[in-house]
Amino acid sequence: MAHAHDTHHDGHAHHHKESWISKYVFSQDHKMISKQFLVTAIFMGVIAVTLSVLFRLQLGWNGQSFGILNALLGDRWAPNGVLSSNAYLALVTIHGTIMVFFVLTGGLSGTFANLLIPLQIGARDMASGFLNMLSYWFFFTSSVIMVASLFVETGAASGGWTIYPPLSALPDAMPGSGLGMTLWLISMVIFVASSLLAGLNYIVTIINLRTKGMKMTRLPLTVWALFVTAILGVLSFPVLVSCVVLLLMDRGFGTAFYLSDIYIGGQPLDVTGGSPLLFQHLFWFLGHPEVYIVLLPALGISSEIISTNARKPIFGYKAMVGSILAIGFLSFIVWGHHMYVTGMNPFLGSVFVFTTLLIAIPSAVKAFNYITTLYQGNIRMTPGMLFSIGLVSTFVTGGLTGIILADSALDVNVHDTYFVVAHFHIVMGMSAIFGMLAGVYHWFPKMYGRMMNTKLGFAHFWLTLVCGFGVFFPMHFVGMAGSPRRYYAYTEFPFLQWVEDLQPIISTFAIVGGLAQLLFLFNFFHSIWFGQKAPANPWGSNTLEWTTPVKPGHGNWPGALPEVHRWAYDYSNPEHEEDFVPQTVPLKAGEHAH
Amino acid sequence: MLNLLIILVLVLAVIAVFQLTRVYEYSRSIRNTREEEISHADNKLNAWLMLVWMVAFFIGTIVLYVKYGNYLPPPASEHGVNVDNLMAFNIWIITIAFFLMNGALFIITYKFYYRKDRKARFHLHDNRLEMLWTMIPGVLMAVIIIYGLITWGKMTGPASADALKIEVYSKQFDWTARYSGKDGVFGAANFNMITSDNIFGIITPDRMKVMLDSIDGDISETEAYIEREKALLSDEKIEVLEDQIYRMKRHKQRLMDLDEDQLNGISTWTAGADDVIAKELHLPVGQEVELIFTSRDVLHSAYLPHFRAQMNTVPGVPTRFKMKPTITTEEMRQELKDPAFDYILLCNKVCGATHYNMKMKVIVESPEAYAKWLESQKLFVPVEAPAAEVPATASPDTTASAPASPATAMVVNR
Repeated sequence: MAHAHDTHHDGHAHHHKESWISKYVFSQDHKMISKQFLVTAIFMGVIAVTLSVLFRLQLGWNGQSFGILNALLGDRWAPNGVLSSNAYLALVTIHGTIMVFFVLTGGLSGTFANLLIPLQIGARDMASGFLNMLSYWFFFTSSVIMVASLFVETGAASGGWTIYPPLSALPDAMPGSGLGMTLWLISMVIFVASSLLAGLNYIVTIINLRTKGMKMTRLPLTVWALFVTAILGVLSFPVLVSCVVLLLMDRGFGTAFYLSDIYIGGQPLDVTGGSPLLFQHLFWFLGHPEVYIVLLPALGISSEIISTNARKPIFGYKAMVGSILAIGFLSFIVWGHHMYVTGMNPFLGSVFVFTTLLIAIPSAVKAFNYITTLYQGNIRMTPGMLFSIGLVSTFVTGGLTGIILADSALDVNVHDTYFVVAHFHIVMGMSAIFGMLAGVYHWFPKMYGRMMNTKLGFAHFWLTLVCGFGVFFPMHFVGMAGSPRRYYAYTEFPFLQWVEDLQPIISTFAIVGGLAQLLFLFNFFHSIWFGQKAPANPWGSNTLEWTTPVKPGHGNWPGALPEVHRWAYDYSNPEHEEDFVPQTVPLKAGEHAH
Repeated sequence: MLNLLIILVLVLAVIAVFQLTRVYEYSRSIRNTREEEISHADNKLNAWLMLVWMVAFFIGTIVLYVKYGNYLPPPASEHGVNVDNLMAFNIWIITIAFFLMNGALFIITYKFYYRKDRKARFHLHDNRLEMLWTMIPGVLMAVIIIYGLITWGKMTGPASADALKIEVYSKQFDWTARYSGKDGVFGAANFNMITSDNIFGIITPDRMKVMLDSIDGDISETEAYIEREKALLSDEKIEVLEDQIYRMKRHKQRLMDLDEDQLNGISTWTAGADDVIAKELHLPVGQEVELIFTSRDVLHSAYLPHFRAQMNTVPGVPTRFKMKPTITTEEMRQELKDPAFDYILLCNKVCGATHYNMKMKVIVESPEAYAKWLESQKLFVPVEAPAAEVPATASPDTTASAPASPATAMVVNR
């Protein structure tokens, strides 16, 4: 840390010539690492979206032949252009895994924690640039392994992204539980290593490297959200490692942590005494905080963007911080709501009902505060703003159905149905993706020194919003009618046929929504090289990142570090002429700090 | 051909977007406008689109509610009625909140879109307001929690003493039910006893003897084979065979560790003789049933949507769900005017390639019809059969078609 300061405080950002490798590949500059995370996440996102469109073809038009399936997956997984049921499960599993871990955990936190933490707290870089670089390369390695697992002969992991044993522990149970599963587990261990290195770095940086005047109570909400996210990750991801390592041992070394009384492949296994439910407890002890690891950065990003573009201070800053902390804390004591129907003691279930429904309160406070921030604002419809407003809608809409799922008596009938799929895709998937896209549109000028095309951004937003809800909203009804998730087809069940009309509609929205992302891809890569050159502070924003040069060098500020005199949300302050007052502007005589 | 066409269309679309962007950028540089400055027209357009979207979203929601809101037929179980009432209560609350919150969001966004001549209100916080909207969800959650837990308490808890116990057994990819028969006691079962004609692994003294004998036979056969062919077999092959012998010995040991038990004065090793095993789940109407779930391989989940019931099946850990069916299959057919209707139990935990096809028919009938059905079922050990002939494993025709015991299976697989 001290070293980083010494080398940079002289004010010469480019004091040594960097080689191409150290600048673009093994970079220790948080801004470059942020871009590496983003581009990797976009690449993984394209894969995950493509997989989902492929299996939506099967779900929308069961048994119909599609040349594209055969072309992409070959005769083994899609003979005659019809997806096989094993391949279907593999696609569903890898889609979920990539989205949850690689796009929305690694991608979202990796991109914005790296970009924003040092820039918004006024630091030269992360506390440890080296660990930060390692974190990216671990992430990259685990991404490569996960993608490679799609190409093994027995197929990728297929037991769903939650990989419940014994299915995932027994190669005899399904082809996907062979080498594909082993690669999944190895990839995940490396992923967690990446996540821990990154998380520790974020926490240390936020605690130690804030610039003069940047009190915790003056931190932008993005940094607060990323801070709590990092703490959640550091506390919960190690549990996933132990969970995964025990599974690897059950698979490879004949232990029986998760296995007992199993007869498979024509013989009884010599294992007793384990419990598959132990896995679920360990998995969801990570898995539920993970939901908030995905969601909180998106909420932080949207808070910042909504305040900036409504030209209005975020309403109830302290309540927003309090809600983030409350949600973070509660997220650790609710994991059992994923297990109401595992035969867990009903009394224990009651406790989890109580704690889970408590989360509705801070969540509702956040939603109300977002809407009040918009009220009487002066709302600029930038693409980032549109996605942030969309996020509020998805957060509210998806959050509300969580009330039903949290209620154990109701969960019994909708557990593992499309109702759940609808719920978490809206509240976690769409919200987090919207937050991520909002962040990209908003901070693109900081990352690449150029602007993204606004008109394409508008089209991208409206298509994504309409298609997103078009895909996931009808799924509530498919699920309430009793359609289980992870079914390859529903032909065997006459009582579900009447909601099957919705499947082709859902799939059509999925295809159009998937294609709409091409607008974003095009806009993103086109703007990197051909976008309009960005000014220093394009959005009239208060936070510190806009006080750097348009393209900040390694060390961020060429001169001394900026000094902070006020909080980040002095928008339309009547004591000032401009409708924004950057954090570096000293208080006027007699002006109160907020 | 179609593929080529699709790819061509995509490529053309990308080129078109690229060209349009170029045109747009040229015109922008001529008009000297900036990306970050959203024009009044654009602000207004997006504000209006917020309203249009809101209306479309709400209409779509109402259409879905009207068309698909009756998500399932009326509940066919006693607790199901409570569950549906609770569901209706919750759906009312979240639907109202959904319309209010989304309505407020989109209307406010529309109303306060950017105008140059206006300044936003500098409004930091309002403790009274914030207290109010912490209290409202707080109170609502309290009501929802209490109502939910009352319902939960009623449907869980131990089954009453006179509940009919039925075992529901899952394996890839089917379901089997077991009824305890006249003695009211389930025969002891263990996964080490499983054979193709004893999928539950029910233990009877005869079967135990056959099982042990068969393993012993396989062990000595394999040992003899190694002895005889030693010179020809590779070291690895011998190792594999020795490993098999080790496994068989372990299997035998586990069988010998099983102890006979007493329940209601009946030995659990004899109780299995009159157990009934069925591929359909028959339930008498109006009688509380306690379903006891077990699995032999991976997790499954017994999902009975018409009864608002679900429970995972876990290898090694029996799980339970009690319920009282209230509507017979026949009554439900009349109610739905669908003579082909049947209750169904489906697997709702991903379990492998044909997970989507793993189901069992459920029939709710009058107690008389149920008793008659049960009477007509074959017992696990047919009464008339002499004990010595019981093990089907020994008969040559079954061994020829399928490996009957795990021990022989191992040898066959070799």
